[in-house]
Formats: sequence, structure tokens, C-alpha cells
Amino acid sequence: MAHEHKLEIFRGLWKFKSNTQKIWGVLAFLTLVTTIEVVLGIIKPDFLIKTYFLDMKLLNWIFIILTLVKAYYIAWDFMHLRDEKSSLRRAIVWTPIFLVVYLITILLFEATYIYDVFKNGFMAWDF
Amino acid sequence: MDTTATTGTEENVWGGGNKPLGASYGKMMMWFFIVSDALTFSGFLAAYGFSRFKFIETWPIADEVFTHVPFFHGNYPMIYVAFMTFILIMSSVTMVLAVDAGHHMKQKKVIIYMFLTIIGGAIFVGSQAWEWATFIKGDFGALETKGGRVLQFVQADTGERAAIADFAVPLKENRIANTADKGIWFNADESSLTTLSLNEVITGFKADPNILIRTEKISEEGEKTLLNREESLLKLKDAVRVVEGANLVRNEYGSRLFADFFFFITGFHGFHVFSGVVINIIIFFNVILGTYERRGHYEMVEKVGLYWHFVDLVWVFVFTFFYLV
Repeated sequence: MAHEHKLEIFRGLWKFKSNTQKIWGVLAFLTLVTTIEVVLGIIKPDFLIKTYFLDMKLLNWIFIILTLVKAYYIAWDFMHLRDEKSSLRRAIVWTPIFLVVYLITILLFEATYIYDVFKNGFMAWDF
Repeated sequence: MDTTATTGTEENVWGGGNKPLGASYGKMMMWFFIVSDALTFSGFLAAYGFSRFKFIETWPIADEVFTHVPFFHGNYPMIYVAFMTFILIMSSVTMVLAVDAGHHMKQKKVIIYMFLTIIGGAIFVGSQAWEWATFIKGDFGALETKGGRVLQFVQADTGERAAIADFAVPLKENRIANTADKGIWFNADESSLTTLSLNEVITGFKADPNILIRTEKISEEGEKTLLNREESLLKLKDAVRVVEGANLVRNEYGSRLFADFFFFITGFHGFHVFSGVVINIIIFFNVILGTYERRGHYEMVEKVGLYWHFVDLVWVFVFTFFYLV
């Protein structure tokens, strides 16, 4: 069991005196990110909704990126991945990332194809 | 530091003292379980993404579905889910504080923090039950067309949603539910009657010129398409039944798959939270009894903590893909 904790986040920009302080610091950061998400979700700024990047609204990209940021800090600091050996960390993190990215890519391409068939094919489904 | 009995040959690689990747047996197994469970959840969310991209133009808008807060009337999209998210993150924090107190062998502190974690988990599960109940009950009601699409109603002057109960005209009809005891076992769809009949809604709609129909289709502005009065009356002819609330077959919010995925994914997550609470309670009593004090370490708290954080981690994704995106 690793009793030593790495007490800095943001690549050393924010250093803590104890593990307990680091936990509260991470909580503050996670709360801030969630608040940003909720506020953006309620206001829905025009610019972010109308701009598309890779077929998806900019706002949705922001939500997904912020979610990954939150996931990173939960796994790294709450689940202590930061203190584990890098070999364990990589085995845990990269295996799902590889499989999930693969699955999502395939499924979303397939779904877009089916959408086109529904839209342009000789088939009525919205009646 | 091991949970099993130790022998004198611990330092030898082949003597049982070997810890691959620097993690103990139990912790590594918990991690392997979490990885496989994460893949299960990813599969569900990817399937959700698939169905959503398939019906990208007609998918319900989450802001219009989850608008309620307990004890308050009115339209508050996302506020309650944000609260639930915060509760879960907060209980993650008390869990990690319990793990930290365990490392320092402070039994009293572990007890307090474990207790707070259990309370947080219970509040979350309760909130989810409330969310389900509100979702199943529904608010406005809608009509369904022959093609299984949902027609919702809007007040023309205010632009706000209109509940079918507000404009439907009560008629004296003789409505009979086709149940199995009347010999009709093959038509489960009509085994229970909706509070309003299709005729009552249609009559009410024709009598009130202030009501318009809103279709599932999302316009370029990201809003549902509003028909004018003539188009609405024309569209009304396609309606075949009244839909109130949500179940696994149909729901008043729109695409049928939306409710199915909602029940399935949040249900599966809620079940994880529930089992997490149960496991936390077991460990909590073990801490009180002094089991880990005698064992000399609190690794069990750490392991159950990993599971608890994982549940929180999954919720972060569910929150994004169900409520935000």
C-alpha cells in the first residue's frame, strides 16, 4: 500500500501540504467544472450551438472534454492512480480507452449511415 | 499488509511475496473488475449514442424532459441533476477522506467518514427514485401517431407547453379496457385505459383555437418544430392513441428508445450505487467492530472506496450524455 502521496496537481502548478488538503482542492476544482457545465447547459450560448466541429456542436465538444477532465481527476486523485506504478496505471487506463474509442467510432459511423437510409431511402417512418 | 496469512518466505518471488505492479492481490482484482465494468457501461452508452445518431433529428431535448425539483413548482431544467451530481462527488470526497484516515489508523475518523459516505449514497439513490417517479408520471401528455411518433401540444399565445388535461373536453363515453379476463389476451397495449380518451383530446383540440401541435422534428435552431393551426388539424388525423407518462413501450417525451435507455442506463447505475451503499454498510460495521484495527491495516476500506469512486465516475459520464449533450 503506497502511503506516500504525490501532493501536486496541474503538473505542479498547485501544491498541497497534506493529502487531505489535496482532496479538498480537487473537490473545489470538480465543483467548478460541474458548475461551468450546468451554466453552459442552461444559457446555451448561440455561438457554441451554431458552430460545428467534426459534425458535432461546439457546446457538446466542450461538455465531453470537461467530462474527461473530471474523469481524469476522479481516477487520478480519488482512486489514487497518481500514486500507483505507471505500468498498472497504463494497463487500467489504455485498455478501455482503446476498446471504447474503437466501438464508438464504428457505431457512430453505422448510425449515421442508417440515418441517411431513413432520410433518403424509399421508406416512410415519420407518419 | 496481506489479507491472507503470511509465511516466512515472503521476500522470495516464488514464495508468495511477489506483488505484480506493486498492488496487492485484492486491490488489483478490484481494478480488473472496475475495468470490465467500465467496458459494460461504455457499451451501454455507445449503444445510446448509436440510437441517438440514428434519430438525430427527432431525439427528445433533455432540458425539456427533466425540469422538476422536489417541493418546487415551475421549470428548472438540470438544477436537480446538478444537485445529485454534487451529492455523489461529495460522497466520493468523504470516502477518500475515510481511506486517508485508514492509512493513519484513525478508527474514529474512518467511522465518521464512512457514515457520511453512506448517507450521501442514500440521498443519491432516493433522488434517482424520485426522478424515475416523475419521469414515469409525465407532465403534459401527448398523442401518438400511426408511425409511433409523438405529437405534443403548445399554447399559441404564450408559447408554453399545454397539458392535454387542460384542453380536453370530457365526453360521456363507454370505454372498456381489453383485458385478458374479457377474452382479449393478445392486445396488451389496450389492457389499461389512459385517463383521457383520444376522442376527448381531439374534441378539445378542435374546440380550442389556441392550441398548436409540436412534432418531434428538431429545427435548425435546435427546437422542436411548431405547426400552425391548419397543419396541426391535418396532423391530428394521424393520431391513434393518448400517451401519458413513460413506460418501456412508449413515452410522451418522444422517441421510444429514449425512455428505454433512460430506464436501462440510469437503472443499471442506480443498482451499482445501491450495491455500493450495501457494501459500504458492511465495511462500516467491520470498522466499528475493529476488524481492520486488529488486522493492522484498512485496505478493505480502500478497495470498497475504489468501487465507490468508480460509481461516481460513471455518473459523470451518464450526466453528460443524458442531460447535457
